[in-house]
Amino acid sequence: MDQLIRPELVCPAGTPAALKSAVEAGADCVYVGFRDETNARNFPGLNFSRKELEEGVAFAHDHGAKVLVAINTFPRAGRPELWHQAVDDAARLGADSVILADVGLIAYAAAKHPDLRLHLSVQAAASNVEAIRFYAERFGVRRVVLPRVLTVQEIAAINAQIRPIETEVFVFGGLCVMAEGRCALSSYATGQSPNMNGVCSPAAHVRYVDTPRGVTSQLAGFTINQFGHNEPAGYPTLCKGRFVANGKTSYLFEEPTSLNTLAMLPDLIKAGVTAFKIEGRQRGRAYVAAVVQAFRAGVDAVMAGRPLPDMDLDRITEGGRQTTGAYERAWR
Amino acid sequence: MTDIIVSQPKLSLGPVLFNWKPEHLRDFYFRIADEADVDSVCVGEVVCSKRSPFFTPFLPEVISRLAAAGKEVVLSSLALIMNERELREARELAGSDGWLVEANDISVAAMMGGKPFAVGPLVNVYNEGTLAYLESIGAIRACLPAELPAEVIATLAKSAQCEIEVQAFGRLPLAISARCYHARSRNLAKDGCQYVCAEDPDGMAVDTLDDEPFLAVNGTQTMSYHYLSLLGELERLRAIGVRRFRLWPQAVDMVAVAALFRQALAGTVAPQEAADKLADLCPRAEFANGYIHGREGHLYLEDDA
Repeated sequence: MDQLIRPELVCPAGTPAALKSAVEAGADCVYVGFRDETNARNFPGLNFSRKELEEGVAFAHDHGAKVLVAINTFPRAGRPELWHQAVDDAARLGADSVILADVGLIAYAAAKHPDLRLHLSVQAAASNVEAIRFYAERFGVRRVVLPRVLTVQEIAAINAQIRPIETEVFVFGGLCVMAEGRCALSSYATGQSPNMNGVCSPAAHVRYVDTPRGVTSQLAGFTINQFGHNEPAGYPTLCKGRFVANGKTSYLFEEPTSLNTLAMLPDLIKAGVTAFKIEGRQRGRAYVAAVVQAFRAGVDAVMAGRPLPDMDLDRITEGGRQTTGAYERAWR
Repeated sequence: MTDIIVSQPKLSLGPVLFNWKPEHLRDFYFRIADEADVDSVCVGEVVCSKRSPFFTPFLPEVISRLAAAGKEVVLSSLALIMNERELREARELAGSDGWLVEANDISVAAMMGGKPFAVGPLVNVYNEGTLAYLESIGAIRACLPAELPAEVIATLAKSAQCEIEVQAFGRLPLAISARCYHARSRNLAKDGCQYVCAEDPDGMAVDTLDDEPFLAVNGTQTMSYHYLSLLGELERLRAIGVRRFRLWPQAVDMVAVAALFRQALAGTVAPQEAADKLADLCPRAEFANGYIHGREGHLYLEDDA
């Protein structure tokens, strides 16, 4: 690479207040979802009405930021209208792009709204150049959010082959350990999945049960973890629980941990990534502001050739633990 | 379409998802070729490309034995393709003449260049829009994802030009990852995994802290602990247009399992009797069918509730 691309910071907003916080903290883009099952953070009390999106777009554009609308669940057979309407409304209300995962929905958007910028959601799990080219060549997808299965070296190799198609990678927040959009663990336990319902390990199925030894966290009746009396009881996300396998109790899939790549920003920028995504549309505005400010400072420092500023995000990560996930080969 | 409504439903043996010893896997396929009453047999490594080199030398004789026995041979692709070597192998697969290729990643469907192919259950086909697009680029068969309920399958079958296949037996493939949980369970890295997944030919059981059986691990793949069994739902699924059923190979007598499903499809064994026989054939298994009823995948429901 001759010249470094200055990556856009793509920041989460579950509410209009979080959108404003993210923009004010230095987000280049904010991504949002509609208040229904068309997006992968279909949580109670979260997301945008059509009117809120319109106002959010106006606010963001006034401040030089873009709004991306995630419509990244898989339309239910027999009633695609809800998803089609979401794409139509995002286009009508001036969204700068839509983030889609389903082939059929992408085909619809490309045919109906040829001028609408299409991003491929991480839920489509396009993990190689052929998959990326498939979406770009057939539907005009401009940017692909890469699944969290690739190392930095693999990402760099992909970018070298697919330009001018852009890539976006997750840099902070909750971490899927499975290839996204290719995991049915949640529905196996609860009947509801990210692909079909926009939820994973949904709160309505969570119970904390007091026992003589402390607290047990359950998901749909399955014990996901146990905590002592003085330990904070974490949320029972299925793949971050403790299980027994091969006669051993362990966090078999992943510890309760968060992705934090601040220290890797120079490597990710050198790998030619176009945009950095922060996870957390379900988080409050304080979280959004803190994380966006930290990554804004980090990106600006790298681009100016300065050392990374010393920033402490420990307190807002899940269980205080952090990982660089699949970006480092040893994680596998 | 020349097919008529009364066409007999077909049985497919899915690819062996586990890491069986190469000679054992060869002998398994020889027996399937000679004895199993299935229409199609899928071969190929779906889960982990590190395993492929060991069985590849046996593949030609396995394929010719299956073909000579009158079975349709289907070449299944890897599910998660991440590097140049895996891409190269997938391109070779897509270029193979004479055999139907099953794409388990969208990239493989793209590589087919318009030639007819089958869509594997690890490609996300949730609705008629996606199915129609895949048909437009050559899909002639689609094995649907595990979590779809019968009503969705009915809608897809109604709109389909291609043949709709549904998973009917075996541990369900639920997730795929870059990380190897088999290696991790032995405190090994994937790069130095010592192929420990071969120690569990039916998958490694994963229990909750209450010793409740929950999941199974097969290298980078996470599966259901329970075996799927749709023996009791075959008739209903046939009625809504499912024309092919997939049996996932487990470490049980698959010739007998296939024979039982054939009998159930022909209506020559009563549902309860069939369920009892399946339990006898899989003595360590627990069964589930929740997804087809629109419920939690691990549940087993007696009736169409």
